[in-house]
Amino acid sequence: MDAEQLARIQFALTVGFHFFFPSITIGLAGLIAVLETLRHRTKREVYDRAAVFWTRIFALTFAIGVATGIVMEFQFGTNWASYSAFVGDIFGSPLAAEGILAFFLESVFLGLLLFGRNRISSRVRTFAAWMVFVGTLLSAVWILIANSWMQTPAGYEVIDGQARLTDFFAAALNPSTIPRYLHTVSSALTASSFVMLGVSAWYVLKGKHLDVAKVCLPIALVAAFVGSGLMFVTGDMSSVQVANTQPAKFAGINALYETRSGVPLTIPLIPPTQDLANQEPGPRIEIGGLLSFLTYRDPNASITGLAEFPVEDWPPITITWGAYHLMVLLGTAMLLVMVFGAWFLWRGSVWRRKTWLKLAVLATPLPLIAIMLGWTTAEVGRQPWIVYDLMRTSDGVSVVVPAEQVALSLGLLVAMYVLLGGLWLYLVRKELGHGPAPAPGAATAAEPAAPAGLPPGETPGETPPQAAQPAPSAG
Amino acid sequence: MAENTFLQGTWFLLFGVLLVGYAILDGFDLGVGMQHLYTARTDRERRTLLNAIGPVWDGNEVWLITAGGALFAAFPRVYATVFSGFYLALMLVLAALILRAVSLEFRSKEPGRGWRTTWDAAFSIGSILPAILFGVAIGNVMRGVPLTADAEYAGDFLGLLSPFAIAVGLLSASMFLMQGGAWLQLKTEGVIRDRARRVAVVGWVATLVMWVVVTAWSRVEAPGLWDAYGSILAWVAPAAFVVLAVAFPLLLRVHREGWAFLASSGIVAALVGTLGIALYPVLLPARGSGESLTANNTASSDLTLTVMLIIAVIGMPLVLTYTTWVYRTFRGKVVLDEEHGY
Ligand code: HDD
Ligand code: HEM
Ligand code: HEM
Repeated sequence: MDAEQLARIQFALTVGFHFFFPSITIGLAGLIAVLETLRHRTKREVYDRAAVFWTRIFALTFAIGVATGIVMEFQFGTNWASYSAFVGDIFGSPLAAEGILAFFLESVFLGLLLFGRNRISSRVRTFAAWMVFVGTLLSAVWILIANSWMQTPAGYEVIDGQARLTDFFAAALNPSTIPRYLHTVSSALTASSFVMLGVSAWYVLKGKHLDVAKVCLPIALVAAFVGSGLMFVTGDMSSVQVANTQPAKFAGINALYETRSGVPLTIPLIPPTQDLANQEPGPRIEIGGLLSFLTYRDPNASITGLAEFPVEDWPPITITWGAYHLMVLLGTAMLLVMVFGAWFLWRGSVWRRKTWLKLAVLATPLPLIAIMLGWTTAEVGRQPWIVYDLMRTSDGVSVVVPAEQVALSLGLLVAMYVLLGGLWLYLVRKELGHGPAPAPGAATAAEPAAPAGLPPGETPGETPPQAAQPAPSAG
Repeated sequence: MAENTFLQGTWFLLFGVLLVGYAILDGFDLGVGMQHLYTARTDRERRTLLNAIGPVWDGNEVWLITAGGALFAAFPRVYATVFSGFYLALMLVLAALILRAVSLEFRSKEPGRGWRTTWDAAFSIGSILPAILFGVAIGNVMRGVPLTADAEYAGDFLGLLSPFAIAVGLLSASMFLMQGGAWLQLKTEGVIRDRARRVAVVGWVATLVMWVVVTAWSRVEAPGLWDAYGSILAWVAPAAFVVLAVAFPLLLRVHREGWAFLASSGIVAALVGTLGIALYPVLLPARGSGESLTANNTASSDLTLTVMLIIAVIGMPLVLTYTTWVYRTFRGKVVLDEEHGY
């Protein structure tokens, strides 16, 4: 294998592994901020235990996000030096801005949240939780500006073999930035709420840690429902954007060979191959004019096919098409589960719905899988370009780094990542098994039968009775 | 060599400021990590050490990330050449930093002795390696590296490990050790503090010795760096180094720990400053025939430099404000808390 292929594998593995963790932390930071706010407002100590519990999971996940993120920051220079020299004028500043405007905020306030419990007031603690969340949202802004510019470059001109910035706002707000930001941040919110929901549902089924599970489940369920719905709205924005700016990718996503009008939504039962021109259209499901309609809001609109592009500019079709369709399939499944969940929550029966609770547990990893599929769609679909229509991936790779060295670093990183992933799973499982701290005054960590004891110094009047919630019959 | 524009000069300076911030702040927590196994022996002592940097180490590391991003944005050719040229060394640094970050987080999650000692060891290796390798990288920048006509690195991995570069590596490691010892004077008490004090003194002696060695040796290995010192103004940084280096042990002796830590930080800043003055406006000198990479011939467009300057002018005061506030919140000795912290 040559250095380029190895560098690509290394990039895909490291960024995929890295992004797994931010997918959880971005949304979880928001959910924790909500719990902290409820704790601050209502003074109910169950919110305190819920927030502390989720902050522990958050900290474990965040640590790996940090450790793997540094690799990403330097990898452009180490493995993609020609690319870096070509785009540095534009691509470097969002990375620097991310440090100044986001990473400092996240890390400093997380330190405060984790270590400052005895040193800061309840109000400051709530504030710190929100600042961590704002930090993660800002970091997504800058990194996605960088990524979106590679997808749909704008606001530049090429002088002496270097892309030079001509208009900052055009470059930052290039055509794919906003759809990508909305889609990615919604996906992170969805992923973390599925995690919180899955864990809470599992506790309800087991009859463990019920007081905490009962405050977390409704919050997570509402977020998961809204998030799953948002995936469709923002996914539609992304599709329209891709059709307009990256026609070869769009044709690849939908395995379209010929340009034609009134394109049906087609689901072939045999996956398309790279040899699209000669492939027999096998058995398939078709809905007339729907793809044209979804893309251009007109059932007769014409969509460009891959026949218009030289073969060397085609993306890998099977992967792009497969990843995209699986993402949409998973999104549909997620939304279905959450529609039922929202209905049950509305009716107040969710605590009794054992089958649905089990489904919610099983659905926990679905958004995380869909996120990886989504990035695969966007990034593999961008191939063979590293900067769309401007620089080929093969021209971006470092020229001075020999294949053996890339192989060595790849081996090292894979070994470390396997270890990290394994340890993370082990420790998270342990935290989940252990659960949140028991209510003060409760005899065992299991089910506190009566309303949880009041924290010292609180008057009963401020504490809404917990018995107001329907008692779960499950477990 | 073409003249720098104002913006190019400013970004040379700002990049230096980020490096100073990194060397001072992550310097002390790397220094704590380096002495972890010596200074802290029992489990309680080790937890005290970890919690002494717990709330702040990640924020400190962001200085490195930001410096990397700023180099990429302001001088992309330097970022590309250095990072691809020093490939294996950088991968080693990255592996070490990963190991370090997760050891901090994982170590106290399991009660087992084996588990904890393993992560303690990983934490100190993960601190020692970068402390040395950063210096080795600086040593190579001081000597200059062979460059091709396309400004690509023309040497190999072993070429990076010259005795001179290793001497600079030892200088940076000693400096961080002193910095870590000085920090622990503020955060710990009793036996840990006494040990850390010894470490600080050893680090101080080693810093002085290596500074003399590197300075003398640089007349042979990097004579070009001495050109800047024709001007009397340039001597401000080395003079500050000498004054602070004399003050540091005295302040420790009279138990002015806060001042001692500031002196040690000042030593770090003075050393980075000495080098910055010597290099300016070169970022990566070429050894042999190639053309050196300078602030002028590698800089991004004026527009990019302006945009980044605006971001820095808005962002950095904010960062400094809340960072200072959080350091103040955590001032005083570490109090172990069984439920929270490491
Ligand atoms: C949409 C969000 C997103 C995406 C696409 C990426 N990251 Fe990330 N990254 C985050 C969202 C994030 C985060 C939520 O801000 C993290 C997760 C855990 C953390 O500490 O912050 C983070 C951490 C993190 C760190 C450590 C920060 C610290 O020490 O506090 C670095 C250096 C990077 N990232 C760099 C990158 C690079 C160079 C990427 C692209 C190739 C990348 N990230 C993709
Ligand atoms: C975080 C989630 C992301 C995932 C899962 C992801 C996934 C991938 C995959 C699978 C590839 C390999 C494509 C191929 O070689 O066929 C790739 C390549 C690449 N991606 Fe992404 N990507 C992500 C985010 C980003 C971001 C945020 C950036 C830039 C800021 C980025 C920049 C690149 C670059 C430079 C390459 C290497 C060159 C190439 O093969 O195109 N990616 N990514
Ligand atoms: C259900 C309908 C969905 C549609 C129509 C849709 C559409 C798209 C499209 C067209 C892209 C490529 C964007 C580009 O290349 O610029 C994309 C990427 C992506 N999708 Fe989806 N998606 C859907 C569901 C989901 C779900 C359920 C998730 C995860 C929870 C998800 C996560 C992602 C991610 C992380 C990316 C990469 C970032 C980006 O390019 O925006 N998507 N999606």
